[in-house]
Amino acid sequence: MVRCFLVHTVCPLPSLGVAAGSESRLLYCRLFGPDEALLAPEQERELSPEERRLLRKEKVAAVARQVRSAVSLSRESCGGAVVEVAPGEEALAVQEAQVGVARLRAGQPFWEELSAVWLAVQSLSFTLVCEPHDNLLLAEGSLRTLGRLCLEQLHLLGPGSEVLLRSQRLDALLSRLLPHGQLLFLNHRFALSLEREAAAACASNRGQKEMTQ
Amino acid sequence: MYSQGSEGLLKQAREIQEPELQKFYSRLTKAFQAKELGHEAIDSLQRLRLILFATKYTRKLPAELQRKILQLLSSPVEHLQVLSSAVLRETLPLPGQELNCIEEGAGQLNSHAAALLLSQAASRADLSSLCAHLLRTLESRQSEALGHSLTHVLPVLNSILTHSPECLTEDHVILLSKKFVDWLRYASITQGGGATSGGFFAGPRSRQPAVVAELDGTVSGDFFTVLCVGQGFTDDQWMNVYSFSILRHWLLAYHSASGGNSTADADDRSEVDGSVVSMVSATSSSSRVLPPKERLREKAFQYCQRLIEQCDRKAQKKSDADLQKACLVEAVCILDCVCVEDPSLVYRTFPCIKALFGRLSSDLSFARVLLPIAQFYLNHGEMAAVDCDVVWKLVFGRFPAELFNDPFLAHELLRFLRLNLESLQQGVPDYTHFFPNLLKLLAWDSPALVDDFVDLLPSLVTAGTAVELLHTLLDLPCLSATLVLQLRSTCLPISEPSGRGLLSLDAFRSPSFRGLFLFLLRGEAGSGDTIDRLSTVHELLAEAADWPRVVHCAQVVPVLLHIYFNTVVKVADEQLFAHLILVILERSSLLLKVPRYVREIHRVFSCHLLKLCKRLPSLVVDQSRELLEFAGATANVYSREEVYTHVVWVLGEYLSVSCDSRCSVRLITSCFEALEAVLFEITSSSPPDGTACPAPRVITTLMSALAKLASRSHDLIPRVSLFLSKLRTVPRGGSVSWCSDEEDLASIVTRGEELWSLLKAPGVAQSVLSPPPHIAAARWHGDTNTAAPLQLRALTNLTLSQ
Repeated sequence: MVRCFLVHTVCPLPSLGVAAGSESRLLYCRLFGPDEALLAPEQERELSPEERRLLRKEKVAAVARQVRSAVSLSRESCGGAVVEVAPGEEALAVQEAQVGVARLRAGQPFWEELSAVWLAVQSLSFTLVCEPHDNLLLAEGSLRTLGRLCLEQLHLLGPGSEVLLRSQRLDALLSRLLPHGQLLFLNHRFALSLEREAAAACASNRGQKEMTQ
Repeated sequence: MYSQGSEGLLKQAREIQEPELQKFYSRLTKAFQAKELGHEAIDSLQRLRLILFATKYTRKLPAELQRKILQLLSSPVEHLQVLSSAVLRETLPLPGQELNCIEEGAGQLNSHAAALLLSQAASRADLSSLCAHLLRTLESRQSEALGHSLTHVLPVLNSILTHSPECLTEDHVILLSKKFVDWLRYASITQGGGATSGGFFAGPRSRQPAVVAELDGTVSGDFFTVLCVGQGFTDDQWMNVYSFSILRHWLLAYHSASGGNSTADADDRSEVDGSVVSMVSATSSSSRVLPPKERLREKAFQYCQRLIEQCDRKAQKKSDADLQKACLVEAVCILDCVCVEDPSLVYRTFPCIKALFGRLSSDLSFARVLLPIAQFYLNHGEMAAVDCDVVWKLVFGRFPAELFNDPFLAHELLRFLRLNLESLQQGVPDYTHFFPNLLKLLAWDSPALVDDFVDLLPSLVTAGTAVELLHTLLDLPCLSATLVLQLRSTCLPISEPSGRGLLSLDAFRSPSFRGLFLFLLRGEAGSGDTIDRLSTVHELLAEAADWPRVVHCAQVVPVLLHIYFNTVVKVADEQLFAHLILVILERSSLLLKVPRYVREIHRVFSCHLLKLCKRLPSLVVDQSRELLEFAGATANVYSREEVYTHVVWVLGEYLSVSCDSRCSVRLITSCFEALEAVLFEITSSSPPDGTACPAPRVITTLMSALAKLASRSHDLIPRVSLFLSKLRTVPRGGSVSWCSDEEDLASIVTRGEELWSLLKAPGVAQSVLSPPPHIAAARWHGDTNTAAPLQLRALTNLTLSQ
C-alpha cells in the first residue's frame, strides 16, 4: 500500500526568491490510510489532533526534502542538463524523466522503514512512498502512468497553476488508479478504461461550467 | 512547471488574514444553502481546500460550514464528493462527528467518505467499526451486481490491514477468504461491455459473448487473471484485479500469523511423513473439503502458476510486458509466502520456480524478477535439497558487476541482503567474498546507497579479508572513476575522440594498463590485497578527481572507514592489528587526490591509529621499526602532518618498558635520535617551497615525545635540555623561519620552558611523563579514599561543626 503521493519541486528556485538550499515546495499531497500515530508509541498517541496533523505535515515535508536532495545528487552525477520538453509532449517527458528510489529509514521520518519512489520531470517530482512488501516494479509502472496523466490533465509542462487550482482532477485520478493507496495490476485495457472514466468525470465538470456561463 | 504564479498563490493562501477568511466562510455557508450547486461552488471549495492545505497549522472551520460540507460527501456530483472529502481531511473533525452520522445518511459509504473516515480514525475501535460496516455492505450486495461502487472496499480494508490486522474478526476473515476464492478463481471469462464473437455477418442468435484474450492476442483457455484482456470488463473481473492486488498483503497479514506458530510443527511433521502430507495436497480434488483459508491458499497457488505460464507469452504492448514482469515478481512472492505457511507445498512449487529460473537467468533484463526467486531459494532451497550455488553466483557475481547502474536493482539487492543477513551468514557464508562486487553498487551511486552500506559493512568485515577490504574502501573513488570509464567505453566508439576524460579513457582501453583496471573491477576477494602499481592508477585517474560521481564517493569513504575500524577490532588478532598499522602508514600517501579526501582520510587514520595503540600498546614496540622509519622522514612532517603528529605521539607514549618488556634502552635511544634529528631540521630552516609552516602541534608533540623518552632513559635528558634551552633564547615577539605566527611561537616556547623545568628533576619528570599504568588510569572519582568530593565534604563537615 502506498502511504502517500506527493508532487513537489526539486530545483532551486532562486528566481522566485526561494532559498536555493534544500527547500522543496509541496504542490500536492495525498496521504492514504489511517494516521500512523495510531500504532505509534505513547508519545505520539498523547498528542492532540492539531499536533498530530502538524506532525503529519512535517513528516511529508521531510520526505519531500529527502527526495529533493536525492534528485539533485542524481542529476549532478549524471552530469547532464535537464531536457526541456514543451507542452504536448507529456509521454516523451515521462520517458526522458529520471527515476530513482530512496530508502527512508525507520524513524526518518515514518515509524517503519519505507521506500520513496520518485520520478523527476524538469523542476517537479512525483513521489510515491511505498511500504516494504509493495511491488516496486508495479510502483514504478504506476508512477510513470500517474506522472504522464498528471502532466496531461494539469498542464504541468506549461506555466499555469492548475495543480493548485484544479487538484480535484488529481484526486479523481488517484481515486481510480491508486484507490486508497492500493497499487493495482492493470493491463492496458483496464488502465484505459479507468483513464477514460477519469477523463469523463473531469469533462462533466467542465461541461457544467460551460452550461452555466 | 512551478511558476511565479504558483508561488504567489501558495503565499496568498498561507497568509490570508482572519477577517477575510471569516468573510469567505460566511459566503461559502450561504452558497451551500442553495439547492443546486454549480461550478462556482466547486471553485470556492477548491479555494477553501487550497487555503487549508497551504499551511501546516490547522485552521478550524465554523461548525455550520463544516456540517454543510459533510453533507456534500453524499452528493451525486463526483467533484463535490472529492472536494468535500479533501477539505474535511485537511481540518479536524467536529466534536461528536461520529461514524454514525455518515452511516445513517447513506446506507452505503462511497469511496471518498470512506477515505475521510480512515484519515480521521482516532483509535483501533474506529477502524474496527469501519471494517464491520464495509463488510456488511459487501455481504448484503452478494446477490446483486457489485458495480464500481463497492470496488473501494478492498483497498480500504488493505490500508486497515497495514495498521491493525486485528480489526477484522475471524468471521470476517473467513467471509473474505471465500469471496477471494470466488473472485480469483471463478471470475467469468467472457468479455464485458457487450463485445461478442462472430463477425459482421454473424446473425444475432449465433453471436456469443466473446471470450477474453491473452496478452499476445490468442483466445484465453483457462480462468481469468489480471493478464487477460477484453473490450470491456464485468464486475467480477474487476474484483479479480482488486483481489489479486491485495492478495499478498492479505496472506502476509492473516496467513503467516497462524502459519508462524505452526511452521515449527509443520517442519517436524514434514521431516517425518513429508511424503504423505505432500500427496494429500497434491491432489486438487481434495480442495473441496479444505477449510476457507486453506482453500484460498490453494487457489492463490493455482493463480500464481497460471500467471507464470501467461508471462511466457509475448505481450503486444510494452506496458503489458512491464506488467508481466511485475506479475512474475508478485507471483513468486506469493508462492514463497504460501510455502512458508505450508511447507508441503514446496515440492509442488519448486519445479515451477526452477524452470522459471532456468528461463530467465540468462536475460539480465529480468534481474529484478530473479531477486524474489533467490529469496525463494534461500527460504526453501535447503528443504528441497536443491543446489543454490548457481543462484548466488548470479545474484552476487553478475548483477552488481553488470547492472550496477540500475538504481532499483541496487536498492532491492541491498534490501535483500539486509533482510536476510542471518540466513545468508548461515546458508551462504561465502557471500562476504563478493564485497568487491557489492562495493561497485556503492561506488556508482554513493548518496543513495551509503545508508544501506552503513548497515551492511560490519557483516562484510571478516578476519580473512579485512586488509583487502581496507584497501578496496580506500580506493573506492578509483573504482567509481573506473566504472564511469567502463560505461563510457562501451557507449563511445573507439575512434571517436571524447572531449572529456580523454586521457583516462585511453588508459582504460590501453592493453598495458588493462591489468590494473581489471584488478579494480574484480568481482571476488582473494586474489590479493592490492596492487603494486597503485600510484600509476592514481596518476591515470587524476583527471577524474572532479567528476561528480567520484566526489560523492570520496565523501562517503571516511564514514565507512570509521565503521570498518570499529568493527575490525572485534575480529582482529595481534597480527592483524600490526598489519593494519602498516596499511595506515603506507596508504596515507597513496590516495587519489580528490579535494579534501586526503585530509579526511588522514583524520580517520589518526583517530584509529590512536585507538589501536591504546587498545594494544605493545603494538608500538612491535612495529617500532616501521613507525620509526615513518617518524624519521622529515618530508612526512609537511606532506602527512596529521598522521605524523599522531605517530610521534604514539611513539612517545607507548615506547616504554611498562607497555612492552621487549623495549630496550637501545630502542628508546634510536627513537630519540630519529625524532631529535627531525626536530632540529624543521626548527633550523624554513619549510620547502610551496608548503606551509608546520603546525605548532607537530613541534610541541615532538618536544613532548622527546621529553617522555628522555624521562625513561635519563642519559638523554641533557640532550633534550640543550635543545629546549636553545629554544628559550628565541626572542619573544620575534619571528623565525619555521613559524609564521607570533602566538604560535609563544606557545611553543612556553611549552619548551615547561618541559625544560620539568626535566631538571628527573624523578618528577618520570612520574609525570611516564606514569605507571595504575596512576595513568586513575579513577579518582571512584576510589573512595581519594575522591575529591568526599574529601571536601569531610573537610567541610569538620570545619563547619565548630
